[in-house]
Amino acid sequence: MWEVIGALCPCCLLWILSFGVQASCLTILFCVLGCVLAEAGWELIRKQPITVRDGSAVMTGILLALNVPPNAAWWMALLGGFVAIIIGKQVFGGLGCNPFNPALVGRTVLLISFPVQMTTWVMPRTHEITSATPLSAVKMAVGLHGNITPEVQAQLSGVFYGGLGGQLGVLSALALIAGGCWLIYRKIITWHIPASFIGSAFVLSSIFWLVDSSKYPSPLFHMVTGGLMLGAFFMATDWVTSPLTPKGMVVFGIGCGVLTVLIRLFGGYPEGVAFSILLMNSATPIIDRLTMPRKFGAMPKKFGLVTKKG
Amino acid sequence: MQVQQVKERSKAFVNLFRQHKGMNMELKTFKGGLHPPDNKRWSEKKAIEVCPVAEGDELVIHLSQHIGAPAEACVQKGDKVLKGQVIGTPKGFVSVPIHASTSGEVIAVEPRLDTAGNKTMAVVIKADGKDEWDPNLSGADPDKLMPQELKDRILAAGIVGMGGATFPTHVKLSPPEGKKIDYLILNGVECEPYLTADDRLMQEKPEEVVEGILILKRILGVEKAVIGIEANKPTAIETMQKACEGKGIEVCPLQLKYPQGAEKQLIYAVTGREVPSGGLPMDCGCVVQNVGTAAAVNAAVRRGIPLIERIATVSGSAVAEPKNLLIKIGQPISKLVEFCGGVKGELGKIIQGGPMMGMAAVSMDVPVTRGTSGILLFSEGEVIRAPEGPCVRCGNCVRACPAFIMPTEIAFQMRRGKVDEAEKLNVMDCIECGSCTYICPAQIPLLQFFRQAKSAIRANIAKRKKV
Amino acid sequence: MIAAVISLGGIGFLAAVILGFAAKKFAVEVDPREAEIAGNLPGANCGACGYAGCGGYAKAVVAGNAPPNLCTPGGAGAVAMIARVMGVEATAAEPTVAVICCQGDNTRAQDKYKYVGVHDCRTAQALAGGPKACPSGCLGLGTCVAACAFGALSISPEGLAVVDREKCVGCKKCTTVCPRNVIKMAPKSATVQVLCNSHDKGAVIKSYCQVGCIGCQICKKTAEDVYAVDNFLASVKNESYDQEKAVAGMLKCPAKCIHDLAAADTPQEEKTEEKAQ
Repeated sequence: MWEVIGALCPCCLLWILSFGVQASCLTILFCVLGCVLAEAGWELIRKQPITVRDGSAVMTGILLALNVPPNAAWWMALLGGFVAIIIGKQVFGGLGCNPFNPALVGRTVLLISFPVQMTTWVMPRTHEITSATPLSAVKMAVGLHGNITPEVQAQLSGVFYGGLGGQLGVLSALALIAGGCWLIYRKIITWHIPASFIGSAFVLSSIFWLVDSSKYPSPLFHMVTGGLMLGAFFMATDWVTSPLTPKGMVVFGIGCGVLTVLIRLFGGYPEGVAFSILLMNSATPIIDRLTMPRKFGAMPKKFGLVTKKG
Repeated sequence: MQVQQVKERSKAFVNLFRQHKGMNMELKTFKGGLHPPDNKRWSEKKAIEVCPVAEGDELVIHLSQHIGAPAEACVQKGDKVLKGQVIGTPKGFVSVPIHASTSGEVIAVEPRLDTAGNKTMAVVIKADGKDEWDPNLSGADPDKLMPQELKDRILAAGIVGMGGATFPTHVKLSPPEGKKIDYLILNGVECEPYLTADDRLMQEKPEEVVEGILILKRILGVEKAVIGIEANKPTAIETMQKACEGKGIEVCPLQLKYPQGAEKQLIYAVTGREVPSGGLPMDCGCVVQNVGTAAAVNAAVRRGIPLIERIATVSGSAVAEPKNLLIKIGQPISKLVEFCGGVKGELGKIIQGGPMMGMAAVSMDVPVTRGTSGILLFSEGEVIRAPEGPCVRCGNCVRACPAFIMPTEIAFQMRRGKVDEAEKLNVMDCIECGSCTYICPAQIPLLQFFRQAKSAIRANIAKRKKV
Repeated sequence: MIAAVISLGGIGFLAAVILGFAAKKFAVEVDPREAEIAGNLPGANCGACGYAGCGGYAKAVVAGNAPPNLCTPGGAGAVAMIARVMGVEATAAEPTVAVICCQGDNTRAQDKYKYVGVHDCRTAQALAGGPKACPSGCLGLGTCVAACAFGALSISPEGLAVVDREKCVGCKKCTTVCPRNVIKMAPKSATVQVLCNSHDKGAVIKSYCQVGCIGCQICKKTAEDVYAVDNFLASVKNESYDQEKAVAGMLKCPAKCIHDLAAADTPQEEKTEEKAQ
């Protein structure tokens, strides 16, 4: 658990540098505090052993912090942490028993309860002007004008250097990919979910972009915005809520990728990663059951010797 | 024909992939498994030494040292016995006789602590130090004997599987009518960490092994004999290759992975065939024997020597001098440890067999049996006694399982006592290799759940049969 | 607005009429006494009566197949209720409680080996006969605690199962899951019990437990009617129980393995002192 937190550090660092030490540090602090207090408090009341030391609450806090705007109020961060741990994890029985990713539960509850605060972001390095995220800018433009206007196009080019307000730019995407690759190298996660998630999102968004590039943003844009990288490497790969078998993981990843693009392009919300992961989390048990490996020595379909595992 | 083409093409593709990944193309293997550190360096260079039996030593020889019905004692307190004399007669077909490991006097026939920590019937012999052989034992030329006569000699010698499973060899060599055997596979893999007994046997006495294989080949009437040896035993591979030249036996080096030595995985690696679920190796035309068993077969047929001694590795960080010993059946663990310089440091655990599948001993008085391939002593600091954590569904166990079942799901059902659900999840296909328990980051005792499930399911099946 | 109210109200009314009609037409004939009895039973579905749940027992009672005093959790109240409903005479059976016939906790009894594994007495028993040196003593891993539907069992800090005599309803579920048959049922009024389950001889018992029954038969000699000794293990004869005689035998026990469970906190030594004073 602590190693995953370590892998998140490059991204956190970039986050703090871009959005200002004070605002982002406080957000991270309050999210983590909310999570840790919620877990410890719940376990104290239920007379269970305190499990804060395993690091899962801290990790949920950091992931939640990376999902909320750095200018969020401290009480919102705290509330998000509380909801994430209590409703996202503890009521189900604690670590290992939750069906949904706790950080995403917290973020989704915050998004639905405080939609305005959750969708207005500061410009990196200036802290003053609040603006819409690149994704919502695109959605508004398409909604109003039927295509992505040249002004928005110009704004988007800023995205590539972490310039435009939003969750993350290319630099942070690269930082996340680095952290994710480290986790794969250390065998903490496997490559199946990130590869299938990013791959399917890339393919589907490319199809739409090739069909009509004035209305649909490029696949590269999809890759760097809206926390896709964060979702693919750190949220969708959460052990507890993702399938166990390699085949199941691929199905899960594809589902997440496809849903993300569809929600972004055609759904009511500009951001799809959180919802798509939550939806696929609910499908994890059935994916597990349907992709159970064929046992060694299962009777062959036709007479003959059974060869390599299918 | 189509199946053949698919096989060739997929093999070529796999080899290409392996080449790309830098894997040795020649080394075959199976899917799943893991790589615990092999720790063979402690004893792999130590030549086999004889662990002596002194006058007055007590040898406790259990009547059940094999799969099948226990033998019946045919001696009583006060009887004088000679080395190799039958002291227990087999009961039924799946049973073998028990022999005295040295000459002496029977001082008791009573329940004594066995490998599993339970008290079961044993013949206790007090050695007289003379080590006198039974004059009735006699060898023969295997080429002059019919297969059935060879099998009778193997039964009379009490030969059982020496890899640790202790299945009566004469039964394994008697497949029922209709089962065509075309592969004799010899298990020289020794995938368990720390154990080097088979390694040393192949290095020091390759001709014993080869002669034994030829006898087995004659009994089964097979053309192909293959010895599987793991790549971490290069000397053994070389020695066996030299010894097998021109004898119609092939040596197949295998990729280093646990549990390569498990019967089903070995057959798959060597032949590409999968033993059908719920079936036996003979169902896919194979018979697997340990190299130690082959050597014992040779000794039994040519020299008439019954199974009264075997090679075992004494190793681990808590023993002063790790060694490979030629032990007599019935010697207590304490004798072996004493011969290896005694305990070093604080003793935490004693394991009979290998660390993955072996059984922890409840006392140093427990005697070694025909299936004891090793005695490992671990220091207190090495033993993990961490409390069980919650399952976080990391999937490590699913990826490591060589039988392709889902350990975490089965444990989930067993915690709730749902044995029927566990049966549906194929727990009966578990080969009890312990890979899942080893790799679990939460220290969940998965294999214990499966053993519980299996015994409950067997009881249910027996109940259903009665009804 | 009016249209919505009328249409929805109309649909609701129609649904009610259909449901009422169906309820009358497809009603199943059920003896109302069954429902009354089942409703007034504790509802724990513990199976102590031997039937499948409280509903099963109610059915059997109404059918005349079961006597009215089988529900031990319900106690005298349940018996009286069933008697009233069925219009019969009935006397409640003597309430029984579970007794853990072992005092060998980890301060007084030795272990054969350190057990690390599944926290279940049956699983531990499968490994070399369990971690306790005594082959018949309580393993303290909590299988009985998990089986008790009434929360009457717990494991003490010293690793021994403990029965809360007030909460125990005598359903016997714990006796079926204990792999060592350490739990025995005894009438609630028979408070003095022999707390040992081992048939081993005195010398053997002393090697692994400080408070095991050594089979000296002193209790039997003191109170012949109350105590029986079978194969080096004493036990209380619940059929011929007498409190005074039982206490007399208890005080004479040299191994201190007999206790008055009603005064569970008072160790026997203190009792002896009190008597002396």
